[in-house]
Amino acid sequence: MAIYKSASWTRARLLAASVPLLAIPTLLAAGPASAASGNVALVAYSTPKPAYAALISAFNSTAAGKGVNFSQSFGPSGTQATAVVNGLPADVVNFSLAPDMNKLVKAGLVSASWSQGSTGGMVTNSIVSFVVRKGNPKHIKSWADLVKPGVSVITPNPFSSGSAKWNLMAAYGAQLAQGKSKAQATAYLTQLLKHAAAQPSSASNALQTFLSGQGDVLLDYEDDALYAQRQGEPISIITPPQTILIQNPIAVPKNATNPAAAKAFVSFLLSTAGQKIWGKQGYRPVLAKVAAQFSFPKPQKLFLISSLGGWTKVNKVFFDPQTGVIAKIEQGLGASTSSG
Amino acid sequence: MLVRIAGPGLAITYLSLLVLLPIAAVLSKAFSGGLGALWSAVSQPEAVAALKLTLLCSLGVAAFNSVAGLVIAWMLVRDEFPGKRIVGAIIDLPFALPTVVAGLTLLSLYGPDSPFGVDVAGTPFGILLALAFVTLPFSVRSVQPVLVELDREAEEAAASLGATSAVTLRRIVLPSIAPAMLAGAGLAFARAVGEFGSVVLISGNLPFKTQVASSWIFSLSQSDDLSAAAAVSILLVAIALAVLVGIGLVRRRFNVDESI
Repeated sequence: MAIYKSASWTRARLLAASVPLLAIPTLLAAGPASAASGNVALVAYSTPKPAYAALISAFNSTAAGKGVNFSQSFGPSGTQATAVVNGLPADVVNFSLAPDMNKLVKAGLVSASWSQGSTGGMVTNSIVSFVVRKGNPKHIKSWADLVKPGVSVITPNPFSSGSAKWNLMAAYGAQLAQGKSKAQATAYLTQLLKHAAAQPSSASNALQTFLSGQGDVLLDYEDDALYAQRQGEPISIITPPQTILIQNPIAVPKNATNPAAAKAFVSFLLSTAGQKIWGKQGYRPVLAKVAAQFSFPKPQKLFLISSLGGWTKVNKVFFDPQTGVIAKIEQGLGASTSSG
Repeated sequence: MLVRIAGPGLAITYLSLLVLLPIAAVLSKAFSGGLGALWSAVSQPEAVAALKLTLLCSLGVAAFNSVAGLVIAWMLVRDEFPGKRIVGAIIDLPFALPTVVAGLTLLSLYGPDSPFGVDVAGTPFGILLALAFVTLPFSVRSVQPVLVELDREAEEAAASLGATSAVTLRRIVLPSIAPAMLAGAGLAFARAVGEFGSVVLISGNLPFKTQVASSWIFSLSQSDDLSAAAAVSILLVAIALAVLVGIGLVRRRFNVDESI
């Protein structure tokens, strides 16, 4: 995963500033598109890869999906969005969080009304969960348990991973949900990052790090944790009493080369049949009637990113790499370790 | 005739497309926010900490692998032992192994669940280990051909004149292979400063503690701060270039043909 990441980062960087190179992917894209091969280029974040294998084969057995081929690209959400902005051909884009979709809106590739659909532009939901060692030997139940002496936490680096942003906003919002003030919630984030044994560059690296034996608790997408459990990893999943509802956006870009097949695929993903498959793969369906058929744990308090001001504001206030609250916390922790 | 005319032109075009143009693109991106923005990007505390760590680790690994590489190359050239050909082939494996696989493997062997009880995950030693792994082929392969060519008669003459093996090594062998060792160290250093895949898992990636420069650059790119990412990259490239040029100057003192 990481190698792909660094490769596409280099690609993005090179493409960004050099016009002759920019033309290359566009020219390459023109070839297969003109042939009416019914190919759909799916560009998505890393975690739903196994789910898409099941979804694509189910779609291919429907009338609308018969004979549609897929080229699939999976990688960290932010990297994927940057790659599409810089010319990676895409018929369907699925990111882990809305700001990555907004990068495409800003580049004129996705309509600003992408979030107007019946599901608000979202294809799946999930929550931030605690992943612990099998049997929960450290008795982790609440956010307060994560910052007790002797407990170490793994959460990805919030400046490189969308998943880490969900995790930290879950932690912050959980404090507010318990009646704490904003200052107290920020102080909690400082404590939490102090307990971080590692901040891997992506959600998948974070899972690998945790499975290698580091840390007592991993903050992770519920769906990713369920997948790891299905793979037989020795973990237990704890649903925090208060947590955030993760919403993953999907869209068909304006410059899609095969919009008809792409739209048919997205409709399938949002259909009852499609949502059932998502549910079986560990994602919380966005259709209430399908969600009711599954028994996902119900946290006492489930809040939305909008209750914290929405991603645009949150990104600016918390995750600006130079001036954000999180950058200041990391700098404070860094200063205290280098002087002491 | 055709080759003589077209050859250099093609070579320069290829080099431009492949190396100069991308570097120029990064350079222009780095300066896109002006000098002030460039300075604030490279002087930000996270960047300074990551650069310091990366340069120290890269220097350490380049120095250490120069010696380790010499020992291994010596063994491959001068010693006969069963399986020598296999060992010779294994040297290049770090190049072939995808770095992310290398990172995972190192983490499982030298992390918390280490079968040997060696846990360097989340420490600078983990970074050194990963860098030593990926740069070893440079160190071995740059001295090996020189050792093959080395005139053994000079060593034998030194020995017959009563020089101890330590003196022979210092006065006869080292001066001949020092330029090659330096070249290998330069390549190892340049590779190490930009390494990402193999390092990022075992390092733990903690800001100010174990986050390397390439990972900080990756964070900046993911946070949509491409000009800051380019600024830190350019500083890394400049340092690597300065080291390579410096090594070239030192090599000159050994009267080595610069084109090698």
